Amino acid sequence: MENTGFSLLTLVLFLPLVGFTILLFIREQQESAIKWTAFGTSLVTFVASLLLWIGFNNQEAGLQFVQRGDWLPSYGISYYVGIDGLSLLMVILTTFIMPIAILSSFNSHIFHERGRVKLYYLFMLLLEWAMIGVFVAQDLVIFYIFWEVTLVPMYFLIGIWGAERRIYAAIKFFLYTMAGSILMLLAILYVGIQAGTFAVPEIIAGIQNGTISFAFDGLFSTQSFLFLGFFIAFAIKVPIWPLHSWLPDAHVQAPTAGSVILAGVLLKMGTYGLVRFCLPLYPEASVAWAPVIAVLAVIGIIYGAWVSYAQTDVKKLVAYSSVSHLGFVVLGIFALNAQGIEGGILQMVNHGISTGGLFLLVGMLYERRHTKDIAAYGGIWKALPLFGAISLVVTLSSMGLPGLNGFIGEFTILLGTFGSDVLGFFYAMFATIGVILAAVYMLYMFQKVYLGELDKEENKNLPPLMWNEIAVLIPILIAIFLIGLQPAPFFDTMNASVGELVAHVGQFVTTVAQAVP
Amino acid sequence: MFEAPSFSSLNLDVALPGIFLAGWATLLLIVDLFIPKERRRLTVWLALAGIAVTFVLNLVMYNRHEEAFKGMFIADPFSGFLNIVILLTAVMGILLSVDYLRRTGIERGEFYSLILFTTVGMIFMAGANDLISIFVALELLSIPLYVLSAFRAPDLKSEESGLKYFIMGAFASAFFVFGAAMVYGATGTTNLPEIFSALGGLGQPGGPSVFLMILGAGLIIVGLGFKVAAVPFHMWTPDVYEGAPTPVTAFMSVGAKAGGFAALLRIMIVGLPILTVNEQAAAAWQTTLWLIAAATLILGNIVAISQSNVKRMLAYSSIAHAGYILMAVAAAGTPGIGDQAAQAALVYLLSYMFTNMGAFAIALSIEKDDGSGTSIDDFKGLGKSRPLMAAMMSVFMLSLTGIPLTAGFMGKWLVFQAAIQANLIPLAIIGVLTSVMSAFYYARIIINMYFGEGEGDSAEGATSYVRWTVYIAFAGTVLLGVAPMLVTTLTDRISLAVSMLP
Repeated sequence: MENTGFSLLTLVLFLPLVGFTILLFIREQQESAIKWTAFGTSLVTFVASLLLWIGFNNQEAGLQFVQRGDWLPSYGISYYVGIDGLSLLMVILTTFIMPIAILSSFNSHIFHERGRVKLYYLFMLLLEWAMIGVFVAQDLVIFYIFWEVTLVPMYFLIGIWGAERRIYAAIKFFLYTMAGSILMLLAILYVGIQAGTFAVPEIIAGIQNGTISFAFDGLFSTQSFLFLGFFIAFAIKVPIWPLHSWLPDAHVQAPTAGSVILAGVLLKMGTYGLVRFCLPLYPEASVAWAPVIAVLAVIGIIYGAWVSYAQTDVKKLVAYSSVSHLGFVVLGIFALNAQGIEGGILQMVNHGISTGGLFLLVGMLYERRHTKDIAAYGGIWKALPLFGAISLVVTLSSMGLPGLNGFIGEFTILLGTFGSDVLGFFYAMFATIGVILAAVYMLYMFQKVYLGELDKEENKNLPPLMWNEIAVLIPILIAIFLIGLQPAPFFDTMNASVGELVAHVGQFVTTVAQAVP
Repeated sequence: MFEAPSFSSLNLDVALPGIFLAGWATLLLIVDLFIPKERRRLTVWLALAGIAVTFVLNLVMYNRHEEAFKGMFIADPFSGFLNIVILLTAVMGILLSVDYLRRTGIERGEFYSLILFTTVGMIFMAGANDLISIFVALELLSIPLYVLSAFRAPDLKSEESGLKYFIMGAFASAFFVFGAAMVYGATGTTNLPEIFSALGGLGQPGGPSVFLMILGAGLIIVGLGFKVAAVPFHMWTPDVYEGAPTPVTAFMSVGAKAGGFAALLRIMIVGLPILTVNEQAAAAWQTTLWLIAAATLILGNIVAISQSNVKRMLAYSSIAHAGYILMAVAAAGTPGIGDQAAQAALVYLLSYMFTNMGAFAIALSIEKDDGSGTSIDDFKGLGKSRPLMAAMMSVFMLSLTGIPLTAGFMGKWLVFQAAIQANLIPLAIIGVLTSVMSAFYYARIIINMYFGEGEGDSAEGATSYVRWTVYIAFAGTVLLGVAPMLVTTLTDRISLAVSMLP
């Protein structure tokens, strides 16, 4: 199983870094060479990750494509990568979003104002490398390294190429997420010292056969503190209400591609971490804390939707809708049953595609009108019919219309929550309110921006979509319909892995019921 | 009856790196007199050659574990590793000085001899195994540094810097000697391993007095606390760092710290690990160091936020980093953690050395000949005017923050691990939270370089010597972050505590 030679997974992981290195040697003036190298790299990485999917065995629950080598042996840290169904979907999501984000910035106005084309694409590829690393790392230290490294390129992307308040947003993003993750560092150290290894599969195996255990006797015990150390880091990233306040700033100030990556992938690192680390490493604490977290998730769903509706800035509206959508994901995960978790994972993919798509559309509007104020628009459909039609599909997908991708995820999550041993009817009921509210704010936005009379002079002569703008929207549309009409391959990919996880966590439900009245 | 020891029993070859460099520095002082002014570069190259030979000698000795001067001095991997740090610091300090001294008009040959002398002091500090030899090394380390701080005289700030450092340093030395005297009074010996043996009978009739030992250890901590700039003995640091010529600031911010921590670690781990009232408990000095570390972390990081001069900012940051190393020293007080903590502290020192020398080198590049131009605002637009320098400065700032894939992360990682293993979890929490605070002021430099408007400084101070220093520092920072095993294979051999068990 453990492979020290060539590994396709390592190749996928390090391809962006290869492109990064090539890019270093291209001169700043050769803009098109820089762009196409970056895009080519991300496209090759995407193709390579599809090979991973083809070679992936759906029936196997454990890790596949494992590679392990020494990194810091005297401290028990190894370069340990591998993927299961969950990781695979996240890797594909990352490699799918990245070429789109890169291609979408080809003609962006930000380069006229700020320049530094080369630096921009360097950071893009660095970011892709670190994000893939987060999803494939199976050693806690390696995971933490990738996790923190994602901060740096994003910080620069927001800070250099962002909008007016970019410095404030960049530093807030950096400090907020670093504050959360650095507590996780202590928890990782503690776990590593207690378990004698940082390798996650080994720790989980140890928990299953009883050689490793983190003392648990209620909501505030050693295991719970470790759980919270991880949870807070992930909760800030997701973001779970009330830790979301960095998100609207970062999203609104970031350049379009930055918002797409933030919504598409970076936020998923938080929910991924919950499933990958919080649940299996601290099953008892997860069960005990699930109702509390689910309440936060439901508040987030409703709060996010409510605040979205109140926005006058279209980018902020989409940003707050993320809080609401990711509330669903967290709710599904902490339903702690197969349906909930699988729905959550699929919804992670869906949100990446739909909200990523929405940010692309908002970015295209901004490129044309240089404003994000909803009131400045109206009747855009008449000015740009193709653009309007695509926007309608993406908006409906984000709302969760049956037949499109969003519906499948939300529906499965609600089913999971309803049938959950730890949550139940009331959680599902309040979450459903969020589905209704989503329709309200999304349709409100669509109506104000796209429908109505084309009464504003500036909106009448908007330039049509450029080739690269159409090229990035097509894969988004394909993905929306593909998942909406044919979700089975996605569920098949994660079934075995999620099944094992649920079995592992499930055996603690009764023990926790005794410990926590 | 006193009997002169035979020459061969001194085992001099063990201390060869230090002895050689001391001799070389003396020779250089004389040779320099005969070098004409316009060929001053020769002095630089001679000084570097001396360091290079010392470096090789040190590597040859690395795996030895022997005593010299009848137990006053010891060569072991601990001192061997520290010597690497110290010598690299000296090399970079000298490279930074070459053009800086000329353009600020303070080029004098003694400068390099003084640097070598204080380097010798640091080397002896790393290997000193006796309170007396630690004191001698401490003075040899300090006195040239007083002179170097005031090297820019008659510039008032530089004079103030030298005088302040001298007075404070003299006090610190006095504290140290007084503490050493107390320990001698209690145990009847100044040799660290013998102090360790004597402490076995602590508090028993006829054994060492607990009162004297606690007082002595406390005074030693005060004395060395001054040297490493730990709160509350840090007051001199910002003024001295700001006033001293920038290469000297860079050199002493790492070198003096390395020396101070070498002595502190060796005294605590070799001499006083069982200075405790009941067996198996943590050493009595652990709580004291814990509190000092916490105060150092909090004060250093908070005050650094409000600094507007980069040299002062780096001064407070150096106080803060002393706090992280003190975490490791405090962790060493828990039985069984000593070696691991020492290794963590050393890796931290190495990583701080690379990063901090790099940061100072870039600060020095944008400094004007009259000593101005070191405000944080002077970094504005550097990302445009000097992209490579700005990129490297960003890496140094991220490394000081402790972001992964840089040396700073590995240092913090090991220090936090030692602290958690020693069950000092509140201290570890303070450590990580202050790291977040530090991100704020380090990020400000990056913001100024990249995010803001501004033409950008031309960084005329970045001559080829300075650039090479930056490249070395950058390579070290990244290499240690990506491939830490290169360094941990060296530190894995360090064992202070185990070898000393009776």
